[in-house]
Amino acid sequence: MARISRRELLKGAALLPAAAAVATTAPITFVPRTMPSSGGRPPDYTAPAQGFLDSREKAFVEAAVARIIPADELGPGAKEAGVADFIDRQLAGPYGAAETWYMQGPWQSGTDQQGYQLRLSPAQLYRAAIAKIDQHLKQSQGNRTFAQLDAKAQDDFLHALEKGEVKISGDLGKEFFEILVVNTVEGFLADPIYGGNKDFIGWKLIGFPGPRYNYVAQIDQYGRKFDMPFVSIAGRDTGIREA
Amino acid sequence: MAKRLPPKDVAIVGFGWTGSILSKELTDAGLQVVALERGGFRDTIPDFAPSTIQDELRYAVRNGLFEEPHRETLTFRNDASQLALPMRQLGSFRPASGAGGAGVHWNGQNWRFLPSDFVAYSHNVQRYGKKMLPEDMTIQDWGVTYEELEPHYDAFEYLCGISGKAGNLGGKIQPGGNPFEGARRREYPLPPLKRCYSTVLFDKAAKEVGFHPFPAPAANTSEPYKNLYGVQMGQCTFCGYCEWFGCGNYSKSSPQACVFPVLLGRDNFELRSQCEVTRVLRDSSGKRATGVAYVDVTGEAYEQPADLVILCAFAQHNVHLLLLSGIGKPYDPQRNEGVVGRNYAYQITSSVDVFLDEIMNPFMGAGALGQIVDDFNGDNFDHGSHGFIGGGYIANWNTGGRPILQHHLPDKTPKWGSGFKKALAENYLKSTSLATHGCVMSYRGNYLDLDPTYHDVYGNPLLRLTFDFHDNEHRMSKFLTDRAAEIAKAMKPRAMHPKPRKGHYSIVPYQTTHNTGGAVMGTDARTSVVNRYLQSWDVPNLFVMGACVFPQNPGYNPTGTVGALTYWAARAIKEQYLRNPGPLMSA
Repeated sequence: MARISRRELLKGAALLPAAAAVATTAPITFVPRTMPSSGGRPPDYTAPAQGFLDSREKAFVEAAVARIIPADELGPGAKEAGVADFIDRQLAGPYGAAETWYMQGPWQSGTDQQGYQLRLSPAQLYRAAIAKIDQHLKQSQGNRTFAQLDAKAQDDFLHALEKGEVKISGDLGKEFFEILVVNTVEGFLADPIYGGNKDFIGWKLIGFPGPRYNYVAQIDQYGRKFDMPFVSIAGRDTGIREA
Repeated sequence: MAKRLPPKDVAIVGFGWTGSILSKELTDAGLQVVALERGGFRDTIPDFAPSTIQDELRYAVRNGLFEEPHRETLTFRNDASQLALPMRQLGSFRPASGAGGAGVHWNGQNWRFLPSDFVAYSHNVQRYGKKMLPEDMTIQDWGVTYEELEPHYDAFEYLCGISGKAGNLGGKIQPGGNPFEGARRREYPLPPLKRCYSTVLFDKAAKEVGFHPFPAPAANTSEPYKNLYGVQMGQCTFCGYCEWFGCGNYSKSSPQACVFPVLLGRDNFELRSQCEVTRVLRDSSGKRATGVAYVDVTGEAYEQPADLVILCAFAQHNVHLLLLSGIGKPYDPQRNEGVVGRNYAYQITSSVDVFLDEIMNPFMGAGALGQIVDDFNGDNFDHGSHGFIGGGYIANWNTGGRPILQHHLPDKTPKWGSGFKKALAENYLKSTSLATHGCVMSYRGNYLDLDPTYHDVYGNPLLRLTFDFHDNEHRMSKFLTDRAAEIAKAMKPRAMHPKPRKGHYSIVPYQTTHNTGGAVMGTDARTSVVNRYLQSWDVPNLFVMGACVFPQNPGYNPTGTVGALTYWAARAIKEQYLRNPGPLMSA
């Protein structure tokens, strides 16, 4: 993890509605938000995707993931694998809402060793950071959004964001970019039921065959490539569901 | 007003390994037992079915089976001069919530501690002198010996169906096993697991540099097995989804696979899940527990009277409950007095990633499929010239090749872009990692108490953790990492990437769920919370199980010793306490 200035990040949090900023030390009334250890539910991959991002935000994420894992001579990348859809769905769900995180105040900046102390959920972080980034680019790139830049300019901007050379609400941009990279890798390499890793693009690139379950016969065939067809939790390599 | 329930003989708080074993043992003795579990009920089917459990995102990345910080977390700081802040999301460790506890999602790396580990203070002082121990180090002897625990280690291993090779049978060193281990009465219940390629290469390299590798003791069954209680287990299929997942194949030892089938239907047993105990209740003398208070999932409050209360929650949660209940004197680090929260410890880990020319197929794995070098654990070597005490093991584990969290990339690989993608494609199948797993001693400045500011979902103060690594541990971990790098080099890799542990302890990256101490055992009530039978000094009808009783943390995974101590305490309760309820030792 790169070093994050929490004081700056807390300033970034001022983008949020005032209600979210109320700090309290009073005992909390018992209101179960999730059942204990419910573990969430696996997604219903047959239902239409319920996203969080608006079209401008979605365009940003589409363009950014295409640079984080690009299509190149090794084959298709994160965009082709549906990673923007993956992120959109994740942000709309329990992860995006930080449903299982401890989100009670008081909010204070701490040391790197104490970890995330922002009052922003992941979905709120995406929303706040993308708005600030587009605002920044509007001034510096002649009224163009990130998605409208060419690949070279996009890479240059992301490098500057990563290094903290472009300041977006203090270090908010840097923190956001770290999470964006993590979420992109998740979407590229998670089971296809979550909307990314479409047609096993990620798993085919690295050689992971999917949840195959039984390797008793193969585990001591040393050095031999395993070449059974790719599988998902939901089915075979003929699309998400079995034909 | 809390609703008062009909009394039971025994109230068990938490239903993981220790709670389920004690429920079995005490219902055997004819007692009426109720177990209260804060999380939901979970069983092999449908919760861990192979068709849905192999989901890295849901379980390993989004923490599907673990405790949820919004209900219960702790605050953390490196030292008492800092302001502790809440652990807002899980990071460094991952306790469970739900039936089976962390016994559901562990890897199954099942160890015995060394005989010298149980007398860590007197052994080190005798061999190296008091000057080897820093002034603020607070290690002590356990009050129980390896020899006393040996039959109980054996029982837990035959409950689990451990796969392994004995290295010391009745004092005779056995080829192929761990030559440094304490004497055991008999072989492991099952032979070692088949080896994967990386462990074969590790074994060869470790021998070349003069070390003594052996197959790890695994709570993953190498063959079908009928356990201590007559429960049938299946053969492990090397699916590679042990740690962070439940096993749907009845082949990773867990309360579900090993205990539930003989316990859950008993007339004198009741499990209440989604019931979180918030206090141990006492009579007006303060010296007798009268039961427990708990809250169910709807927020309804209850009092469960019981003659015997046993804390079986995860390590720090037992300590939290003692502090909230006002049982035992809280530790005061300024005066070095009091006991509850004292001697919290952890483990110190590092790794060396190894990049090879051949295909390793890392996805064919099991949680405890590994080859181990134990030459530098405990006091298995002369520490005289090294400037530290303790040690740890070096392992090549192949727990699985789950793509999001278990891909290894060479040093200086870009974090994104075509260079990152190329490194992923080139290295996923052709890499492995050597891990070091080191002990952490106890210190005056590392402790647990109640946080003055932050509260949990019930309005109770959060537990506060004050912890940092000390010089002894940093020196030891560097020494282990250097030895691991020697083995890695002998594997003739095309590249290797040592990742030593440096600087302050951080709550952010996952390291290990081997949290220990805070309610330690001993023979002196001034320096321990429970006596050598895990019985509270202050409240004799209260017992405390789990790794919170470890006075310091040796260089092995804790579960084997947690299991052995549970059987040790169960015998003391059944054979001594029930006959004559009262203190089993005088303070």
